[in-house]
Amino acid sequence: LSVAVVALTLVLLAVVIAVVSRPLFVERPPGDSSSGARADEGALEGGPERDATGRQAGRSTESDVARREELEAAREAKYREIRDAELDYRTGKLSPEDYEAVNGTLRAEAVEILDQLEALDERA
Amino acid sequence: MALLGSAALVLALAVCAYGIGASLYGVKTGLVEWSESGRRSVYALAGILTVAFAVLEVAFLRNDFGFNTVADTSSVTTPTFYKAAAVWSSQEGSLLLWAWLLSLWSTLVLFLTRKRMRDVSAYATAILLGFGGFFISLMVFYANPFKTTSPAPVEGEGLDPLLRHPSMMIHPPMLYSGYTLCIVPLAFGMGALLARKVDAEWIRSIRRFSLAAWLFLGVGIMLGARWSYSELGWGGYWGWDAVENASLMPWLTGTAFIHSLMIQEKRGMLKVWNVSLVLATGTLAIMGTFLVRSGILNSIHAFGGQTLGVPFVILIGVLILSSIYLVTSRREMLRSEHRLDSLLSRESIFVANNIVLVGLCFVIFWGTYFPLISEALTGHEASVGPPWFDRYTVPLALILVLLSGIGPVIAWRRATLANARRNFVIPLSCALLVLVVLLATAVASGKPFALAMFCCAGFVFGAIGQEYFRGVRVRRAMAGEPAPLALVGLVRRNRRRYGGYIVHVGIAVLFVGIAASSSFQHASELSLSPGQSTKVGAYTVRYVRPTVAITPAYDPAHTGSTMSIGAVLNVTKHGKYVATLTPAEDFYDSGEPSQGSVGHLIGGQPVSQVSMDAGVTRDVWSAIAPEIDTPRLKRIIEIGNRTIPLVRPDEGMIALAVMEREYMKAPPPAEFHLIVSPLVMWIWIGGIIVAGGGLIALWPAPSVVRRRVRVLARGRTAEGLARA
Repeated sequence: LSVAVVALTLVLLAVVIAVVSRPLFVERPPGDSSSGARADEGALEGGPERDATGRQAGRSTESDVARREELEAAREAKYREIRDAELDYRTGKLSPEDYEAVNGTLRAEAVEILDQLEALDERA
Repeated sequence: MALLGSAALVLALAVCAYGIGASLYGVKTGLVEWSESGRRSVYALAGILTVAFAVLEVAFLRNDFGFNTVADTSSVTTPTFYKAAAVWSSQEGSLLLWAWLLSLWSTLVLFLTRKRMRDVSAYATAILLGFGGFFISLMVFYANPFKTTSPAPVEGEGLDPLLRHPSMMIHPPMLYSGYTLCIVPLAFGMGALLARKVDAEWIRSIRRFSLAAWLFLGVGIMLGARWSYSELGWGGYWGWDAVENASLMPWLTGTAFIHSLMIQEKRGMLKVWNVSLVLATGTLAIMGTFLVRSGILNSIHAFGGQTLGVPFVILIGVLILSSIYLVTSRREMLRSEHRLDSLLSRESIFVANNIVLVGLCFVIFWGTYFPLISEALTGHEASVGPPWFDRYTVPLALILVLLSGIGPVIAWRRATLANARRNFVIPLSCALLVLVVLLATAVASGKPFALAMFCCAGFVFGAIGQEYFRGVRVRRAMAGEPAPLALVGLVRRNRRRYGGYIVHVGIAVLFVGIAASSSFQHASELSLSPGQSTKVGAYTVRYVRPTVAITPAYDPAHTGSTMSIGAVLNVTKHGKYVATLTPAEDFYDSGEPSQGSVGHLIGGQPVSQVSMDAGVTRDVWSAIAPEIDTPRLKRIIEIGNRTIPLVRPDEGMIALAVMEREYMKAPPPAEFHLIVSPLVMWIWIGGIIVAGGGLIALWPAPSVVRRRVRVLARGRTAEGLARA
């Protein structure tokens, strides 16, 4: 039994090492390279490509995807706010004047987010 | 297999150490592969701890008494159902459950955020692994669940009889899930501060986890209250026990957070407050764990006599100091982006609700920790009882319930006085109606707090009913749907809002139950002989006859107790039959040879079996403490102890059968605890409503699901393009 237990322990160890170290040894395709803080900085600065493997381009792509997700989340949140304000108005919690003011502000904020999304699209 | 378990723990500790290093190195150097390796360490940790937990669970199910934990908390005769739950009845097993659940939740949150907030996630990974490492260290160095004894004993000591209750199967995992889920927002809050990215993104990422923590903690607290009511023989559901309080405090701050985070999401306000609440909630969860495990408390819920206090005090100290440092050093970037537009707005109500919730938490914190601190400093034992807590918490609870009705009828950003006045008509009418009815029927006379609570609940029902009615009306007008469909559609499209409203109703229902049952309870503790009766409130309770059941260990019906002595009680109201109650007290084998061959068979801690007739309007609750120390019964035990050898428990059972015959022939008077409490069931119904509303609010909205599908599709498209 103890041999089987030792074998099981070793198998567990091997699996753990394989799972944990995989990112360190797997060669990433050019479009799926690492990003992180440095990649973000590079993308934001719009710096030149660093090597011929397309590593920097990949970083920009990933950074853009992250930014897009952030903006889309903000857009969804803003849409939700607009919907909430409309529901508040229709259920009699906001007067027409207040609703107009609140709705105007929210829509302006939404347009700002959409503009940023559009800019991202154009860059892509 | 103990070797595999121990090896898994050591490996888990090594993985934590590696993961912390890899994550911090990754975030400092910008090499994402290292951060990713750190994140995968959490996945690996979850896998390792799953193996460790499975090893221990199998040991319990196979009665492997070579494991000290199994021998201490289980036995061959423990029912399988409870053997599975006995894993977390010990200090060692519950530490493993804690670490395992933390690893599972950490895996889930890090998997869901794997493509977002990389630097915040990397810091959060390191912090989550730090917590995991802490708990695994406790197991490796102080309380190893895989410690063995050779040769293994043939029988274990058995599960504490008090824990043989269905709630106990679910209560600890629920509570621990809540506690461990509280650590997730704490880790991301600290991560956001460390990475200096304190916008709404991290809040959005952990919102569901905060809600899940709140839900699990709430369900755990309710199950604990239910267990206390139906298993412990004192007849209450909440005793302001330090361990109960310890679980309530993070729930209160968590409740405050899930309200105030909406203000940060919508307005970019309250950033300092929100991050402080998150850090406080996580710290309170750890403090709760400390109270249970440090051995400083002598509570039914605590693992006494342990030596884990010092490591926990150090962890709590580090948490508090680092939280204060991070919040103060980042205060500039935590400035609010907006100010309150109007004092008459939902934001203002949320701020008020936060103040009340944190005030409640502070009162409970003071009442729970002050006696401990005082005792540590002066050496004198001090305690604060329920009246002290009630003095402060009752008025705060009243305000809280009232605010839960006001909030929903006020608009975000701004509301005009005229609108507010119009929206308050129905809720105020409901509150007034309740007041008039109660005053007219004199039901609540002399109980001003209960009366106020019923009126506040009436206000909440009116407010939420009005919200639902108007929402359905709007949806019907817009979509032309019939009312039931419009209601479903309304809730589906606005889960957070309408799920939250259901929670408010549930809280009001729960507080109605608490107010009614604590203010209008009739209780009686007295001694009765068979044939005698007593009045409890409007009910007459008659002791019809005694009952005795002896269940030897070899009997398939045996569930742990060797002897059970009870009573058949007949309950009537105005001469009409209401119910038959059968309370009992179970006597357990102490396993202590010094009590003698017969004495030890019933010498363990006796456990009361409560019997009640529960209904929507009232519960009739009963418990019995039979007298077995009569001269006649004691003589039977003494003779048995003298004449029967310890190695013949079967003959000992014969002595118990003689005791049974004697007891039934001339039953001595028994002590009864009888309670009639109105509306207790509404506490449990309120809890279920709260959980249901919480689940609705937690469930992803259809639009979010769609967006996730779109994001995945776009991700795949981007991947394809990159490969091309």
